[in-house]
Amino acid sequence: MADFQTALLTAIELVIRLDPDLIEIVWLSLKISLLAVTFAALIGLPLGAAIALWRFPGRRVLIILLNAAMGLPPVVVGLVVYLLLSRAGPLGPLGLLFTPTAMVIAQCILVTPIIAALTRQTVTDLHEEYDEYLRSIGCGALRSITTLLWDGRFRLLTAVLAGFGRAIAEVGAVLIVGGNIQHVTRVMTTTIALETSKGNLALALGLGLVLITLAVAVNATATAVSDTARRHHG
Amino acid sequence: MRLMMKHLIVMAVILAGVAPGVTTSWADDDRFITVASTTSTENSGLLADILPRFTADTGIEVRVIALGTGQAIRVARNGDADVLLVHHTASEEQFVADGFGVERYQVMHNDFVIVGPASDPAGIGEMANAGAALARIAEKKAVFASRGDDSGTHKKELLLWQAAKINPAEASGTWYRETGSGMGATLNAASGMNAYALTDRATWIRFGNKGDLVIHVQGDKRLFNPYGVILVNSGKHPHVKSDDGQVFIDWLVGESGQRAIAAYRIEGQPAYFPTMILD
Amino acid sequence: MADSLARTIPASGVAERASTAGSLLPLVLDQVCYSPHGKPVLQDINLELAHGLRTVILGPNGAGKSLLLRLCHGLIEPTKGRISWAGQSTAAAANRQGMVFQRPVLLRRKVAENIAHALAAKGVRRRDREALVRASLEQAGLTHLAERPARTLSGGEQQRLTIARACVCDPDVLLLDEPSASLDPAAARAVEELVVRIHAAGTRIIMTTHDIAQARRLAEEVIFLHHGRLLEHSPADEFFSAPRDPAAARFIRGELID
Repeated sequence: MADFQTALLTAIELVIRLDPDLIEIVWLSLKISLLAVTFAALIGLPLGAAIALWRFPGRRVLIILLNAAMGLPPVVVGLVVYLLLSRAGPLGPLGLLFTPTAMVIAQCILVTPIIAALTRQTVTDLHEEYDEYLRSIGCGALRSITTLLWDGRFRLLTAVLAGFGRAIAEVGAVLIVGGNIQHVTRVMTTTIALETSKGNLALALGLGLVLITLAVAVNATATAVSDTARRHHG
Repeated sequence: MRLMMKHLIVMAVILAGVAPGVTTSWADDDRFITVASTTSTENSGLLADILPRFTADTGIEVRVIALGTGQAIRVARNGDADVLLVHHTASEEQFVADGFGVERYQVMHNDFVIVGPASDPAGIGEMANAGAALARIAEKKAVFASRGDDSGTHKKELLLWQAAKINPAEASGTWYRETGSGMGATLNAASGMNAYALTDRATWIRFGNKGDLVIHVQGDKRLFNPYGVILVNSGKHPHVKSDDGQVFIDWLVGESGQRAIAAYRIEGQPAYFPTMILD
Repeated sequence: MADSLARTIPASGVAERASTAGSLLPLVLDQVCYSPHGKPVLQDINLELAHGLRTVILGPNGAGKSLLLRLCHGLIEPTKGRISWAGQSTAAAANRQGMVFQRPVLLRRKVAENIAHALAAKGVRRRDREALVRASLEQAGLTHLAERPARTLSGGEQQRLTIARACVCDPDVLLLDEPSASLDPAAARAVEELVVRIHAAGTRIIMTTHDIAQARRLAEEVIFLHHGRLLEHSPADEFFSAPRDPAAARFIRGELID
């Protein structure tokens, strides 16, 4: 209990003081995860919509794989990205290992299946409802897809937020590919891991509280979004 | 549809705003080298203390990847670091012999200590012989937390068990518990289980969650913990920053680096002893 | 109320409408069968619909009315037989038809945007859309709801919106599938009035219902469908006064038929 109180006070103090190290770490975490989620959305939204709308051989297997990939173990993703980006690996010459770019790649791999799978589900549901109408008014393929994505915008935004939540809270992959280098690749989760290993439980918990607050904010946004959607669009 | 375009544009603008911020912060071509080192040098705060001095002297930034010695050596073998700074002499010499490293330099040493619960259930307090102390722990089946991660500390621990003619692997999962993680995590585990553990002194002094643990055994010369620094061989990995890496090594084993190491204190205590005799 | 409504609806003469609506007509179904998974649900439908009239496809639930409408609109393909609109395929003709579904399909957008979207899909240029949207809303009596999210409208308003939306490009034919099946009497009446107005403006109406009273109010000719077969196709007054088909006769009397 004493630990927890110390942690709480530490957290509040760090935030109130706008501790520069804390700000740097939080900002880097946000940048990496926002970028990863943006790329994941650029890949996952069209991919999910395509899988929802097109029939092709192996589609069912792909859907199963996609749903399974929502739970990809971060350390495995980290390991695979590490092996790819290592100087001894196929992408070694790019020199990306232990950079924020590597962390963006790892998070993007973790988040893309989440966004794609949720997009597929959303678009499938909407398509079931809209299909006959869209064909009735002679909607072409491209306009149909944009219509479905736009009308699914609230649920898709929730999917993207879910992806962001996973990215920002993940430690296994970014620790391996980022290396937790101070001022370069040190983000909230890796700092928490490091401070825990130093036995600085209060500081670790303090950062953890910042992270939890962020997660709560993300989820509150998601809930607000879907509430708005329900109120406005049934 | 018009609304959608608007949102796409907003998204693009946000992206455009974020992307340069990110890329500039990590794509800048500042001079830097990557050093694969041990969790103990990072966790003890030594590197955070001395590296800014090096950067101030030379303009070269040092990026530290803190891993167990075994992992750090693997990272260096893959060419993912320019310099290796670890503490297991035999592995370091092997690394050089295999052609992955150029040359091993002695940098500094500190020492290991055996810590355990203040109540000392195995009764090893103030024993001078580390091997005998471990034998006593085994005999009493007192809980012992091992790194179990192929790190320098782990290798040292196994050496001590060997000297005591005990194979702790047979007791793995009973009184002998391998955490498979770094020094800090293992000390956290030891603190939580009221177990004995082998740790380097620097990490121990700095460790913030000691709980009921105290030092029981220290001073045995077998607990000596030497650190070596090695430049990764650019013959194996052409992209290695040999020049800046060598500058770092020269600084570290030279007078400025050695003085910086000697000057470092944790809670008023010296934690590392430079190899060079300083007057 | 049903009676008073029936009186307010003017019967339209075939002759006077022939010139305005007709480019898509006649609709001809030739030996049309529909049997998904080998199970026949529509069999040997032969039908010719000329221009002008308000046609009601009547029959109990499960008779195949909705399927018949979907076949005519080209949403599904017949297993056997041919459907043509003035000699054109259903696909080619669909563009000049409007379709209203039993459960309103409304986009998750504002009322006006729902109509604008349909215009965009039909290739109407952006600058022409606004005026059409306004006229369409006015016709359906929805102008004051233009900025409301479409799915927050009442059931009757929603259905009137889908009708207005289906008619925004001034189709030759409006197909309606049980448009008021789930509405209360007042809302159903508003829908019927709108349908009559659209018809009066020159659009051919083909509509399904299982509601005999509604058929009496709206039909100028009746197609009676039962168990996937077309049993009778007669002018409305003949059908209701002297049905030729015994099942139709019992259905009109409100008896259960099987």
